[in-house]
Amino acid sequence: MTARISASLAVCLLASALTLGLTAPASAQSDAAEEGGVWSFPEQLDIGISTNEIAISPNFSGADIFVFGTIAEQDDFLLAIGAYDIIVALEGPLRPATVRRKERVAGIWVNRHSVRFEPVPASYSISSTRPLDSIAKQIVLSANDVGIQNIRLIPTGGLGDASQVGDFRQAMLRIMQQAGLYQRDPSGVKFVSKNLFKAAVRLPANIPVGEHTVRAELYRNGQYVTQTRIRLRVVKTGLEQFTYNLAHQHSLIYGLLAVGFALFTGWLSSIVFRKD
Amino acid sequence: MSIYLPIAELSVNIFIILGMGAAVGFLSGMFGVGGGFLITPLLIFYNIPPAVAVATGANQVVASSVSGALAHFRRGTVDIKLGCMLLIGGLVGATAGVQLFLMLRRMGQLDLIISLLYVVFLGTVGGLMLWESVNSIRRAARNEPVSARRPGQHNWIHRLPLKMRFKRSKLYLSVIPILVLGFAIGVLTSVMGVGGGFIMVPAMIYLLRVPTNVVIGTSLFQIIFVTAFTTIVQATTNYAVDIVLAGLLMIAGVIGAQYGVRVGQRMRGEQLRAGLAILVLAVGIRLGLNLILPPDEIYSIVTGSFG
Repeated sequence: MTARISASLAVCLLASALTLGLTAPASAQSDAAEEGGVWSFPEQLDIGISTNEIAISPNFSGADIFVFGTIAEQDDFLLAIGAYDIIVALEGPLRPATVRRKERVAGIWVNRHSVRFEPVPASYSISSTRPLDSIAKQIVLSANDVGIQNIRLIPTGGLGDASQVGDFRQAMLRIMQQAGLYQRDPSGVKFVSKNLFKAAVRLPANIPVGEHTVRAELYRNGQYVTQTRIRLRVVKTGLEQFTYNLAHQHSLIYGLLAVGFALFTGWLSSIVFRKD
Repeated sequence: MSIYLPIAELSVNIFIILGMGAAVGFLSGMFGVGGGFLITPLLIFYNIPPAVAVATGANQVVASSVSGALAHFRRGTVDIKLGCMLLIGGLVGATAGVQLFLMLRRMGQLDLIISLLYVVFLGTVGGLMLWESVNSIRRAARNEPVSARRPGQHNWIHRLPLKMRFKRSKLYLSVIPILVLGFAIGVLTSVMGVGGGFIMVPAMIYLLRVPTNVVIGTSLFQIIFVTAFTTIVQATTNYAVDIVLAGLLMIAGVIGAQYGVRVGQRMRGEQLRAGLAILVLAVGIRLGLNLILPPDEIYSIVTGSFG
């Protein structure tokens, strides 16, 4: 038995724009046993990142985070011929979403129909060693919830016309991709040594704050082997976050402050610009 | 240079926001209007969510009305009793308006209703003002004396019960039309993010027959309180007041207004009114086109609790 390479020593950081908190390195081990597929593979997947909290400063304009990992108990022959594939996804906090569609009513465009979905990831960034469709069959990817097209969008409440739900689903994925919230990089995961890999995962500029999950999946010859995940908190720093919290948690004080500032500005201008 | 707006949750160019505030401040100083009816549509054109644009617009109007109201207060051209009666109606109207706002937001029809209200009000007010000012410019060109319009002494409003004496305005008037007018303006403040001076002033002159010298001061007096109240209710109900955005607009606005006042003093009244009318109509038409032209994307997403 070879000693496990501790993934956490191979760690990362990234764009200078990120202010990373000095917290203990986060790491995770695979949960192959629980996942228990039809086949039981010996391989294990370990990943590590330098932090479990990312602090976004006000002028944040997007950055990459790097996730390092290793395949343990690997088959050296399979590794040599490139039979292993790795997919790393950063999933944002789950939030309910409503998709609305405009229709022309009496000459003007009005929101007519809407579909409300069960909570979906507010952001989703996926990197892989190869394009997903050459890693595994669609049915395998779908069963493991990987890929933008396989994000679970389950309508809630009365469906109405079920045939139209597909359109709403596609519109949701399209708009989220246009907004940069759902991203893919089919060559973002690279092997840096024999069984050590590095995944670049894009953080969009408008990344939602909250509890994110880094999920790594290992595939072998198109078959799902195992997965592992790490939690990652995204927080905003400084005045912006303070303002946001104040507005939502102490909204009366916030409202009074907004009015006070307006009264002060108006009063000050009448003093400064007073015509005497 | 970009700045992050914590409530709108997006990054904007700080110079565009300051420029917008200064330009609207300049125009409001020049024409003697609050500017809320210009700032809110401009923010919407700049992709600020309409809910935030409206709530923040109300906050900005507080600042732009204070210095004017203080000047009128010093000159004693404010009818405080009349202002307070309008204010009672206004506060009730603003409360009802914010609930309406919340309901429309839940239904997904808020953006539509805001745009429709703007198109109707800006179209009507702009059209009437243009008609009136073009007529006076033509009369002036023909050297006809500009007829000082003398409103008739009484109309149906003056026959309503529950009369009250307003010493400063020299009026003996029913409180019903005053409360109703205040209520209507309060609703508009919370749904459109305007002070409502552009409706309040003509309504006070032509419907209530308030003497012209106390109209502006009294209207500003009640606008400050209604917009301040609306800001607080919007902040606690819809969490839609963006203090960073409002602050930038206010600071640029009060400075721009000083230059606007100077330019306005050198221009003739009817030309000023014609200019304002064209501006009001242009904003209304632009918003109207947004409703009529096919949108690039007919789908939209709302995440979070409003759905």
